[in-house]
Amino acid sequence: MDFLNGFGLFLQTSIQCGTNILFAIVGGIICEKVGNTNLGIEGMMLMGASVGFMTACLTANPLLAVLFAGVAGLVGALIYAFITITLRGNQVVTGLVLTIFGTGVAGFIGNMQMSEGVTFSSQTVPTEVKSAFAAYEIPGLCEIPVIGKALFSQSIYVQLAIVVAVLAYFYMKKTRFGLNMRAVGENPGAADASGINVALYKYVHVLAGGFLCGIGGAYSSIASLSQWQENVTAGAGWIAVALVIFSTWNPLKAIMAAYLFGMLRGLKYEMQGWGVQISPQLIEMVPYIATIVVLIIITIRKKRENQPPKALGDPYFREER
Amino acid sequence: MKKKILAALMAAAMLLTGCSGGNSSQDSSASGSSSAESGTDSTAANSDIKVGFVYIGSINDGGYTQAHDKGRLAIEEQLGVETAYIENVEENVSAVTTAIDTLIEENGCNLIYTNSFGFMDGTVQMAKDYPDVKFAHCSGYQRADNMSTYFGKVYQARYLTGIVAGMKTEKNYIGYVAAKPIPEVIRGINAFTLGVQSVNPDAKVEVYFTNTWYDPTEEKNGALALLNKGVDVIAQHQDTTAPQVAAQEKGAYCIGYNFPTPDAAPDAYLTAACFDWATFYVDDCKRAIDGTWTSRAYWEGLSEHMTYIDTLTSLCAEGTQEKVDAAQAAIIDGTLEPFTGPLYDQDGTLKVEEGVKMTDDEIWNMDWYVQGVITSAQN
Repeated sequence: MDFLNGFGLFLQTSIQCGTNILFAIVGGIICEKVGNTNLGIEGMMLMGASVGFMTACLTANPLLAVLFAGVAGLVGALIYAFITITLRGNQVVTGLVLTIFGTGVAGFIGNMQMSEGVTFSSQTVPTEVKSAFAAYEIPGLCEIPVIGKALFSQSIYVQLAIVVAVLAYFYMKKTRFGLNMRAVGENPGAADASGINVALYKYVHVLAGGFLCGIGGAYSSIASLSQWQENVTAGAGWIAVALVIFSTWNPLKAIMAAYLFGMLRGLKYEMQGWGVQISPQLIEMVPYIATIVVLIIITIRKKRENQPPKALGDPYFREER
Repeated sequence: MKKKILAALMAAAMLLTGCSGGNSSQDSSASGSSSAESGTDSTAANSDIKVGFVYIGSINDGGYTQAHDKGRLAIEEQLGVETAYIENVEENVSAVTTAIDTLIEENGCNLIYTNSFGFMDGTVQMAKDYPDVKFAHCSGYQRADNMSTYFGKVYQARYLTGIVAGMKTEKNYIGYVAAKPIPEVIRGINAFTLGVQSVNPDAKVEVYFTNTWYDPTEEKNGALALLNKGVDVIAQHQDTTAPQVAAQEKGAYCIGYNFPTPDAAPDAYLTAACFDWATFYVDDCKRAIDGTWTSRAYWEGLSEHMTYIDTLTSLCAEGTQEKVDAAQAAIIDGTLEPFTGPLYDQDGTLKVEEGVKMTDDEIWNMDWYVQGVITSAQN
């Protein structure tokens, strides 16, 4: 019983730890499914984290904070979308620039003055926001051994991430728009010929992806830590880029990938508790190694549903069909 | 045509990034140079000195660098000396030398402070290149005729916070989130544990290493893992307040580090082990102004108010204040040295004989944990 209880608490922490990444992976999947590699995830997360935090401090309204965090990510994605879709610029370079840009913007906002002589970075979020995102228990359900604690004694922000991932899955697999969207990512020429507005689909989904990344970033600043710390995401966006591939562009597998990663981070400490001597750097490598392994496996096995979108990374020129 | 527009946009994006300051690494040119208008005793000599700071973090990181920057502001206020600083400098020789070069050549600084261990090699090199400029490097061990070292005996303050934690814990089980198993950290863990044991001999201190100085998520995770194991007080050797936030979330208590942060976790915060860098900076600058500056190894603690314990909050256990005051007085007048034998290591081997005080050198290079510390990490 003691063990089960401990394991439940471990899962609870792991899920919290995977939450910002889950938003980012789903955002990344939506973006890549229309054929756009976006390496700007980290930048959009940081923009969302800083703007969301600023909004939380100024308005004390949790909903507005999350909304503006998303909008900040969306604005970042808009820059990216304009360059890669309208101007057909190189997606990799643009994504990288977006990350550098977003990091700068976030640092700048953190150092901004909220009022005379008071910077945002010295603030904690108002109690209204704090209590809105505090963990709450769903009576009855939270008594279930192990998963009760892990799923039903959490912040609503954490649960939102799971809902978003599931919705994204149904949108992609079960709706007409989702089908069109995948068509754009696989073969934009064919999609265009069948009357799908390729540029519109790309824009909408790249922006939606950015919105989710922004919300994911804000989880760290307004819910998990309740304060601004410079570079608060600390590389989570890069891990998300890797885990998009690890989850083979499937939002349901993204849930598993994100929480598996959360568990890995927690495992580092559990092992210290057990007295197991493994270099922490080795554990930090695991998500990347796992991604490489998955890449190798999907390339060898060539299972069709696990393949990357065929037109991923290619700008679409109608005239070049 | 399209390519040209793209190129222009890229350039614009790059420029914007460059301007935004923040923490992007190469861009440490955001050197704030401010002169003090209200120096009370601004004499002719003061204007001969201009002080430059090279910082590892940003001046409002809520931790280490912010604590240093308070020292810089104190120089301006108390001595009327002009200062300049460069933030977010990376720990490699070329970044450090570039920063120092900017401070000397462009800002006209002739007294340079570098605040991170990793700045050592760069500082040494620049001290050679600029024999007329005075340097001081924080937490290192290399000195030259024009280069001092300085640090605070924060382990003394940690001993006092250990007393606070030892009084507070009900489970006799305390967690300690630490960065890396190096002597500076081990010394702090040991002093803290000895403080705990001085009031609560049965208490154990379990240490988890995050392997990073600065990563809010990682630090919070480390603290949560300890809290899940059942500790009821969390102490830290980390640069953010994330472990304190974790303690509050789990209804436990916490002890901060670097400088007072009572607002980060108001329902959990007991006290913090703090640095008062102004003590050194003001003293050192005065020497530069008086012309009595010499290279030295500065390592002071509670007695000089180089380090201190933050005001205890009302969450502390009853009777804590008296115990802390007594220990503090004894450390200051020299009757109490936390590292006095008998001291045993984790396996129970006698490391320091009864009544023997460890020397500053031995304390500085400490690489073993005292009995009562639980950790699997080898250094």
